[in-house]
Amino acid sequence: MTAKSSRGTGDLADQGTTGTGATETVSDSTGNGAPEEIRAIPVRHPGRWIAAVIIGLLLAMLVHSLFTNPNWQWGIVKQNLTTSTVIHGIWVTLELTALSMLIGVALGAILAIMRLSPNPVVSGAAWTYVWFFRGTPVLVQIIFWSFLAALYPFPSLGIPFGPEWVTFDANKLIPLFVGALLGLGLNEAAYMSEIVRAGILSVDQGQSEAAQALGMRRLLVLRRIVLPQAMRVIVPPTGNETISMLKTTSLVSIIAVVDLLKAVQNIYGSNYKYIPLLLVASIWYLIMTSVLSVAQYYIERHYARGSARALPPTPFQRLRAVWSRRRRSTGAAL
Amino acid sequence: MTATEPVTPMVKAEAVHKRFGRLEVLKGVSLQVDPGEVMCIIGPSGSGKSTFLRCINHLEKIDAGRLSVDGELVGYRQDGDKLYELREREVAAKRAEIGMVFQQFNLFPHMTVLQNIIEAPLKVKRESRSDAVVRARDLLELVGLADKGDSYPRQISGGQQQRVAIARALAMRPKLMLFDEPTSALDPELVGDVLDVMRKLAREGMTMVVVTHEMGFAREAGDSLVFMDGGVIVERGQPREMIRDPQHERTKAFLSKVL
Repeated sequence: MTAKSSRGTGDLADQGTTGTGATETVSDSTGNGAPEEIRAIPVRHPGRWIAAVIIGLLLAMLVHSLFTNPNWQWGIVKQNLTTSTVIHGIWVTLELTALSMLIGVALGAILAIMRLSPNPVVSGAAWTYVWFFRGTPVLVQIIFWSFLAALYPFPSLGIPFGPEWVTFDANKLIPLFVGALLGLGLNEAAYMSEIVRAGILSVDQGQSEAAQALGMRRLLVLRRIVLPQAMRVIVPPTGNETISMLKTTSLVSIIAVVDLLKAVQNIYGSNYKYIPLLLVASIWYLIMTSVLSVAQYYIERHYARGSARALPPTPFQRLRAVWSRRRRSTGAAL
Repeated sequence: MTATEPVTPMVKAEAVHKRFGRLEVLKGVSLQVDPGEVMCIIGPSGSGKSTFLRCINHLEKIDAGRLSVDGELVGYRQDGDKLYELREREVAAKRAEIGMVFQQFNLFPHMTVLQNIIEAPLKVKRESRSDAVVRARDLLELVGLADKGDSYPRQISGGQQQRVAIARALAMRPKLMLFDEPTSALDPELVGDVLDVMRKLAREGMTMVVVTHEMGFAREAGDSLVFMDGGVIVERGQPREMIRDPQHERTKAFLSKVL
């Protein structure tokens, strides 16, 4: 609307100053169908070619060395990529990531809501929590909780996922796993609470006013109106946190929880093939973070509902569109 | 109801004061809105007219004076000579009976038009979904948007959004409607449709308090006109007479600018 009207006034101004020139363009674009297409020599970009050559060369050198340098020991990488120890380690890593993010998101959301509460005691408590858990290294927290787990037998805490673990591994690992989980999850909650709070604050004040004017109460407004909109701001950094968490879980190897990193450490501890086994771990971490990135993309789309007039197609949909167009054109040619 | 019987005013304000920090926005506003009355409030920006409107459904707390809606104090309960602040639940219940339309529409962008309208009836009044949907469709018909139920707010024009906002407020079957400059954020060509809906409401006997700059609407649809400036009511009267022949200097000056 505004663009149109501003162009309108621009045309008027043009006519005022250049007179006939403006009327010619008008008749050109309306009278004899489409105007002549512009055929100009494009600006050359020699820099792009130089950069492409240099980067291509470096890439070629890297790939060449990857394949020819025997020290990479790809054979050993391949051998260990899917051994049961590694696969088990992957499960532990995924489990730790999922559960600690679950704790982090749930507790973080509660902390954020507490922090925004009009009750000063509640908001003060949330602030103190964030101050403490953000202010100490996560590694220290993991070690601390693992010792605490050794000091106190934990059944009274009632972690719902504890018993499942028993079927997996030795009984004595439960406290360590729980210690690791607490260290990661409670720390994550501090960061997540700030992310959730930022999301809540990003929603226009008018939204909660309109909801309140309809007779909705604070928590209902938060749940139905504010949080769904806040998700658009919350999801990207949460995806970031999840990916970061996937790798941060490797810290638990220090308290002898056998995650992916500890699994490969155990293997190279016996065969001394450090590099290929670290490659195994890296490959798996990369695969897992890639999957998470794709998941994040789709979650973001879900929460973008209503924020744009129409959502852009996913890469998948774009590919399908190209594919069907090509089929149609070849079909027509045949 | 006969004319001699005393009618409980829908809104009654007695010396309402409101401060934001050290800035006194309302300096003693007293007025009365009868059931079925359409009152328009005009005045320069910063005169306190929007703030006063927001006080009526307790979006702002008043600092002094008395403000009641349908005979009940806004935000407080009187017991003997003591005032008790209402709990959030009680405030919300009272707000549910008062519809409000905002300058910036404030539709919920993550919900379709229909969802916007049925949200409060479902969650606040606990109506059944089918009842709420039927009512929402009727209201969309009323505001001339029967085909827009499945659109998202960003997919429709500002004028349409504001009409949805009116439908959303009406879905709660309010006894009083508050309009806070409902057409000020609209392109001139879209204002008419919104005002048409408001006229329709006025004809149907809805009690309305309208903060506006639309003098045409005030003249035709308004039962009374209030001119506010500097946090006080400067002049109040019958719209036609007041617009034709304002008594107060400040009213004259203001009207000469907006007419």
